[in-house]
Amino acid sequence: MDDSGKAYWSATLGLLTKILIVWFLVSFGAGILFAPMLNNIMLGGYPLGFWFAQQGSIYIFIALIFWYKSAMDKIDRQFDVHEE
Amino acid sequence: MDLQTITYLVVGASFALYIGIAIWARAGSTSEFYVAGGGVPPVLNGMATGADWMSAASFISMAGLISNLGYGGGLFLMGWTGGYVLLAMLLAPYLRKFGKFTVPQFIGDRFYSKSASTVAVICLLAASITYIIGQMTGVGVAFSRFLGVTKETGIYVGMGIVFAYAVFGGMKGITYTQVAQYIVLILAYTVPAVFISLNLTGNPLPQLGLGSNLSGQDVSLLAKLDQVVVELGFGKYTTSVPGNSTLNMFVYTMSLMIGTAGLPHVIMRFFTVPKVSDARSSAGWALIFIALLYTTAPAVAAMAKMNLIGTVNAGAFTKADIYATESALEYEKRPDWMKRWEKTGLLKWADKNGDGRIQYYNDKSKNPEFLAKAEAAGWKGSELTVNADIIVLANPEIALLPNWVIALVAAGGLAAALSTAAGLLMAISAAVSHDLVKGVFAPDISEKNELLAGKIAMACAIMVAGYLGLNPPGFAAGTVAIAFGLAASSLFPAIMMGIFSKKMNKEGAIAGMIAGLTVTMVYVFAHKGIFFIKGTEFLDLFGGKPDFFFGISPNAFGAIGALVNFAVAFIVDKMTKEPPEHIQQMVENVRIPRGSKAVDGAH
Repeated sequence: MDDSGKAYWSATLGLLTKILIVWFLVSFGAGILFAPMLNNIMLGGYPLGFWFAQQGSIYIFIALIFWYKSAMDKIDRQFDVHEE
Repeated sequence: MDLQTITYLVVGASFALYIGIAIWARAGSTSEFYVAGGGVPPVLNGMATGADWMSAASFISMAGLISNLGYGGGLFLMGWTGGYVLLAMLLAPYLRKFGKFTVPQFIGDRFYSKSASTVAVICLLAASITYIIGQMTGVGVAFSRFLGVTKETGIYVGMGIVFAYAVFGGMKGITYTQVAQYIVLILAYTVPAVFISLNLTGNPLPQLGLGSNLSGQDVSLLAKLDQVVVELGFGKYTTSVPGNSTLNMFVYTMSLMIGTAGLPHVIMRFFTVPKVSDARSSAGWALIFIALLYTTAPAVAAMAKMNLIGTVNAGAFTKADIYATESALEYEKRPDWMKRWEKTGLLKWADKNGDGRIQYYNDKSKNPEFLAKAEAAGWKGSELTVNADIIVLANPEIALLPNWVIALVAAGGLAAALSTAAGLLMAISAAVSHDLVKGVFAPDISEKNELLAGKIAMACAIMVAGYLGLNPPGFAAGTVAIAFGLAASSLFPAIMMGIFSKKMNKEGAIAGMIAGLTVTMVYVFAHKGIFFIKGTEFLDLFGGKPDFFFGISPNAFGAIGALVNFAVAFIVDKMTKEPPEHIQQMVENVRIPRGSKAVDGAH
């Protein structure tokens, strides 16, 4: 792989890492590990930890995929490997 | 018009719609059949993926389980949606660039070995057949209620219809049929939820209703539900975790997530989009449509629980005493929906204290204070058994909604179960006929015989799944979770290492898949019987205690299997020689989008 190829791949992996961190924090973090703590905060009638486990994480997952798609398209163009 | 007639009409009309669209769309070319996404706008493609993905487990079973589990049921919600993030980022674009049609084909080419693709076929069959067992359980529930017969008869009828449906084929493959199925399914799910949310909270959006106050009261729905279930000896709804193990919930969620990303019939949908960048976003569109159901489900679950408890115990949501004798519903005065579900054998009443009234509470509670109250009230055990799988289907009946809504839900449940069962059968038939028979045993087989082999494989899969569905290893969603565990422990790590590790060789991948699948199967079969056959459990070998591995349940074990898979693969990889140069080149090529071609290898 040439240098630009290497740089493209490390840019990709960098983005994946960022997204996976958020993915982990909202579901396994807020939805499971920290849920008992977050439940002391109320979001309307929802205890917050319960909300993350049964509502919030799903909305954030959707946002993550569209963030990934647009950031990835930018990286593709930057390294000139996008599709015609 | 009576309920039964309306149900027949609505279900019949929905089937007529699917068949009509299938005939209309069939006029197109046969190649469109396989590259379904080609000319379809991404939004519609997302809907079709939604129908393909949301099965009896999501539609019929999941909310019922959440209703039983409370907060812990969130593991299904997060697990079955979070996997799409992994799928969109880690697999879909790269598999699309690779440009082959089946998962075993990718594994066979990437790991330059027929043995690798054969092992992948075995993994695929294990996961898909288990998945269909779960579907058959759901189909059995839907048909038993729909036809007013026992669950067993329901499964036999379902087996016949699924077989006809899959062999008639095409129907499933045609994206527009699935779009119609998605619409039926989502209406059937959300319409009753809107009605019920409006009734209970005055807010028409179930997602907001669940977080609102009860109509005309100064207390939130969840707080009231928490209070009532605790009074009846259950765990607090908003905090109870299955098995009281956070570790189990964590591993279970992980298992469903990576299983989602490893399920062949889901992955296949992303092979057929026009471009690599479409593969990235199509997972997002699919998730939006899936989220419509998944964010409604928690409201359905909690509200069904309220309505069920409120029906049998007049004291629950009024000022009356919940422990008073008169609060419990008289059996003779039970509502019609109970009588209808009694016929299926999925709802049962046993008058344990002989007072002719229905007491429903948690008789396994260990709380001495509650047990004392139950004793004082003259309760001699919970008298009502409600199978979790009936909650969604019975939900509109419990809430006394109009008959057409009840009929619509029946149609939605059948659409969900049939579309996914047919999709899985397609994946099984492709794996057996194309990857196994043609790829390994008889490369010269004629196209006609290849097709025949596929149909025989479908028939066998239905028989096996139907037979095991009669004595299922769990509720529909639980059985499906095991299928996800099998995919998580075998296929996901192999595909991922194939893309993200240039140096992973065939020895490592094969050893990893076999190790991951084996440990998961051993753990599951130890609890549920060898090939799920009752009476062949071998827990004794491991000390006789269920969930013996750190309290992790068999349904959740896939994530542990995946860890074993990764570990074994890396160790074996280090001990054997590197993959050849051209394979490493291929991996580099798969990583960049430019130069993607239309998918070939369609069959």
